[in-house]
Amino acid sequence: MNISEAQYTTSENKIIRVVDGSNTRFVPVDLNNRHYAEILKQVKAGTLTIKDAD
Amino acid sequence: MSKAAELANLIGNINAGGGGVGRNLFINGAMNVAQRSTSETGLGATAGYYTLDRWKTDFSSTAGRLTMTQDSSAPSGFANSLKVACTTADTSIAAGEQFTIEQSIEAQNCQSIAKGTADAKPLTLSFYCKANANATYVAELYAQDVDRRISSLFSVTTDWTRVEITFPADTTGVIADDNGSGIKVGLWLHAGSTYSGGTLQTTWAAASDNTRATGGDSFFDSTSRTFFLTGCQIEIGQNPTSFEHEPFDVTRHKCLRYYEHNYEAGYYPADGVTYSNTASPFLGNCYHSSGGGGKYILTYHKFEVEKRASPTTTMYRVAGLGGGSTANRWDWFNYSGGWDETDDATEAGEISSQHHGALARDSGAGVDEALNIAGGWEADAEL
Repeated sequence: MNISEAQYTTSENKIIRVVDGSNTRFVPVDLNNRHYAEILKQVKAGTLTIKDAD
Repeated sequence: MSKAAELANLIGNINAGGGGVGRNLFINGAMNVAQRSTSETGLGATAGYYTLDRWKTDFSSTAGRLTMTQDSSAPSGFANSLKVACTTADTSIAAGEQFTIEQSIEAQNCQSIAKGTADAKPLTLSFYCKANANATYVAELYAQDVDRRISSLFSVTTDWTRVEITFPADTTGVIADDNGSGIKVGLWLHAGSTYSGGTLQTTWAAASDNTRATGGDSFFDSTSRTFFLTGCQIEIGQNPTSFEHEPFDVTRHKCLRYYEHNYEAGYYPADGVTYSNTASPFLGNCYHSSGGGGKYILTYHKFEVEKRASPTTTMYRVAGLGGGSTANRWDWFNYSGGWDETDDATEAGEISSQHHGALARDSGAGVDEALNIAGGWEADAEL
């Protein structure tokens, strides 16, 4: 996954909408989901910020 | 191998705690199931699952590029193989470069190996491979939970060859009984010095990265390079046995735990696939959300097979209904005006291992109406 944007879909912060190349994907906040693990890794590295829901 | 030798091997493995039906810990080892696609070009920048189910290509930092296909070239008794063909060479190999073909076996399916105990079992990896020219590559087992690994060189020729490698039992490092990765089996086809600078690690150990792939050739050294793979099996015991074939629907069902979509066989998730080639339209319920500022059509989709974990979902528009052509927007049936494109891209409503919800917004939808809505989706819970 090549993530350029990440934002929670609702204020409950259960799902993250990510832009992955030309696709928009929905990543559940679940440590067993490999995409969520990748998001956490990038957030920790300071290369990605998860925006609050609109 | 003679039938007598084959039988002796199988009995030997049964005595060691393996053998029998269901002995192959790999899923889709015969490369028969390809739900995502049968051909993808230009791969090399980003790791991922692109064609054959459960088989991941992992890349790091390489400028090399390849085409990956489900190919009909295969040894006798098989119909398919995984093929990679180099399309852009990379002969200036930086330290951190990597290309592997790998499959992670779910940890709760690794418990019979008894790894990390006094009863630990050896594992035997076997597969058929061929290439455009002779080459040497590296096969690796990696137990991620406990960060222990072991590697072995193998040779590939221009003819289909059965590779058989037995890895000894590892009495250190218990694999947790959960839905994470238990053992990842990787074939290293390209490695920089970060992974190849030391001496190849041929016994189980918590070894440094530079011992993982030493001695292997580079798949990306020429655009003439190809590599074909099928008949992959990893089983408990010290003896290789013949590949355990299984019906297509059995393999597909196993794959669904990790990936599923609502497209018919032979069609793959993307914007613009004709609706009649998907399991849609389906019924959705419309409700008004004052907080969300609009009218939402909510649909729930129960997965055919419970997922390993809550999956990542993606929504795609369908064609053929005349609703519109904007990416990711589903079409809904407006009783007063026919099929209509939703106002926004369809979003995930909720996601669990059992089902997912999709949420489409349109200002013209009638509140409390049951509406027909059409769209494509995929759900990915791979390791």
